[in-house]
Amino acid sequence: MAEQPDDADRWDPADHGTGPRTAFLHNPGHWYSRVSGDGEAGSHAPLRRARDDRLLGGVAAGLAKRTGISVGVWRVVFVVATIVTTGYLAIAYVLAWLFIPAEGADRTIGAKALTDKRGIGLALGLTSVLILALFIASAVNAPYITSLAIPLLVCADGLVLISRNSPEDEMGYLRGLAEPAGLAPTSRPSRRVLRIAVACILAIAGLTTLVQGHDRLAIIKPLAGIVLLVGGIALACGPWWLRLAREAVEERQARVRAEERAEMATRVHDSVLQTLALIQRRAGDQQQVIRLARAQERELRSWLFDGRAPGTMDGQAETVADGIRLIQQEVEAQHGMSVEAVTVGDCLLDDDMSALLAAAREATVNAAKWSGADVVSLFAEVEPESVSVFVRDRGKGFDPESVPADRKGVAESIKARLARRGGSATIRSSPGDGTEVSLAMPRLVTDRLPRRP
Amino acid sequence: MTGATASSGSVSAGTGFAGTGAAGPGSRADGKRTRVFLVDDHGMFRSGVRSELAGEVDIVGEAGDVAPAIAEIAECAPEVVLLDVHLPGGGGQDVVGAVKASNPEVKFLALSASDAPEDVIAVIRAGARGYVTKTISGPELVDAIRRVAAGDAVFSPRLAGFVLDAFASGSAPELDRPSFDPELDQLTSREREVLRLIARGYTYREVARELFISVKTVETHVSSVLRKLQLSTRHQLTRWAAERRLT
Repeated sequence: MAEQPDDADRWDPADHGTGPRTAFLHNPGHWYSRVSGDGEAGSHAPLRRARDDRLLGGVAAGLAKRTGISVGVWRVVFVVATIVTTGYLAIAYVLAWLFIPAEGADRTIGAKALTDKRGIGLALGLTSVLILALFIASAVNAPYITSLAIPLLVCADGLVLISRNSPEDEMGYLRGLAEPAGLAPTSRPSRRVLRIAVACILAIAGLTTLVQGHDRLAIIKPLAGIVLLVGGIALACGPWWLRLAREAVEERQARVRAEERAEMATRVHDSVLQTLALIQRRAGDQQQVIRLARAQERELRSWLFDGRAPGTMDGQAETVADGIRLIQQEVEAQHGMSVEAVTVGDCLLDDDMSALLAAAREATVNAAKWSGADVVSLFAEVEPESVSVFVRDRGKGFDPESVPADRKGVAESIKARLARRGGSATIRSSPGDGTEVSLAMPRLVTDRLPRRP
Repeated sequence: MTGATASSGSVSAGTGFAGTGAAGPGSRADGKRTRVFLVDDHGMFRSGVRSELAGEVDIVGEAGDVAPAIAEIAECAPEVVLLDVHLPGGGGQDVVGAVKASNPEVKFLALSASDAPEDVIAVIRAGARGYVTKTISGPELVDAIRRVAAGDAVFSPRLAGFVLDAFASGSAPELDRPSFDPELDQLTSREREVLRLIARGYTYREVARELFISVKTVETHVSSVLRKLQLSTRHQLTRWAAERRLT
């Protein structure tokens, strides 16, 4: 265990900025009283958009952290000011979203958006559609809408750029937010209710406007003209709109493919690359090498031909507690160290939980391989809203700052794997003081299985 | 009995295992070693523990079953009894019950290879001051023995996990039956935090550092959890106890 790790497999927290890590250092679990959160309130750290506690872009929460004034107050101020300024404050909000970096990020979304030619094209296309809609609205004399013209245009374009250029974790959050109301399993119930409420208010306002304007039958006369005009513009711009829409779809597909690729790379890393590393370390022991190669071959075959992904618990475990036990047995058998596993509560395995367990397995294997400790503690707790897993060793630890950014282990297998599904991972370590990996995944179904006797 | 006569007399336990050594209650001012009695039905295991503890504690006797254990403990009056949960002539809790009746000052630390919560909970409710698994390392075991001798509670990660499970808020059968003593039937949020950290593998000292409290405060929290574990009438606990004919 004294040798330096020489393959693609080391703790790699380097893809995180310093901001969140130091914050997590003092605030490693969500059940803690937010020591660091309180400590930061009113501090003179630069203004950053908050990652936790956000409703949209995290601007209000960021302001709350910066000023020490409650986030609720800021939200009310924003909403009232938006109404008073007939929507112009919304522009300020979107600009803040674009040009204030998120906690721990060193780049703003805006900086990235400037290089996103397709996104700018899409925004221009959307602008033309909106201008057309506003034109129609002004023709039917709906002043409520036309007075909102500029905020509407700027916000729509801003949101397009944000949705295309925000970092991975924000993107996941936004996707959850953008699912149709009531269908989004990831969004919290309170947010769903909020969205439905806003939608209802808008619909009622629209209906009232229509009913009020109903007696003005005169609008029917210019209607024919409007129809012609719309037809003309649609004919002129239609192909461009279609192309933009098609490009948007294609890009989405490309992103899905890229995600699949990343997922596959993770799997290969967890199984094949790990085994190859083990074989290199045990090159002298022929029996052991043969055994490892056989096991790996079996696993690859069952992945390629039976579709059972390696590193997952498909078919072997049905609940989180089963999965944790399985990790314990596997690591103890393969690496000859003892794993002290403790589970509190239990729930059924779904795709999210499988991803969490795969990350936990990876963290445990890493601890077994590199820490030099002879015991790893593995603790999983199933709570109504989320499941957390902690992997801790008292081994030699490492300096998170000194790990090269191109190491794959932690970055891909643990952090990205969880981020793709809305979870999170933090790693605490310092040389000589061991390592603790904290993993968390929100739950969709909130049943709690009784512990089996 | 012959064991544990090495003259090195080193009392500083826990070197090499993180955390508790210096701040633990183990370092006794008078330099006297804790008197320990060993109850386990496997001779191999007894001699293993004996050699691991040699020089750190005084092993004053050992027994392999319930009846001889009760008799010999009364005779040699140890401070701490290391007690296997499973014995041929009954459970470890039978030993605890009988000895507590005659020698209430003897303290018990349960040792078990078993993962089953009902076994562990039964011995704790009978009066043991703590529970550790048989895979525990030598220095850690010495530390645990000293803690128990000093009147503190010893929670292994697994026991902490059981307790968190048993005291889980809002578990279904709990809701439709009134609690006789709400103070005993639930954990405070601080106690929960302490237990979570223990379940994650933290030593008391590390828990203290993590929560910005003193080791003494951690010990107080753990002792209070132990009291609740022994006295609470929560359904989970009484069910576990009933399965071991304890109620």
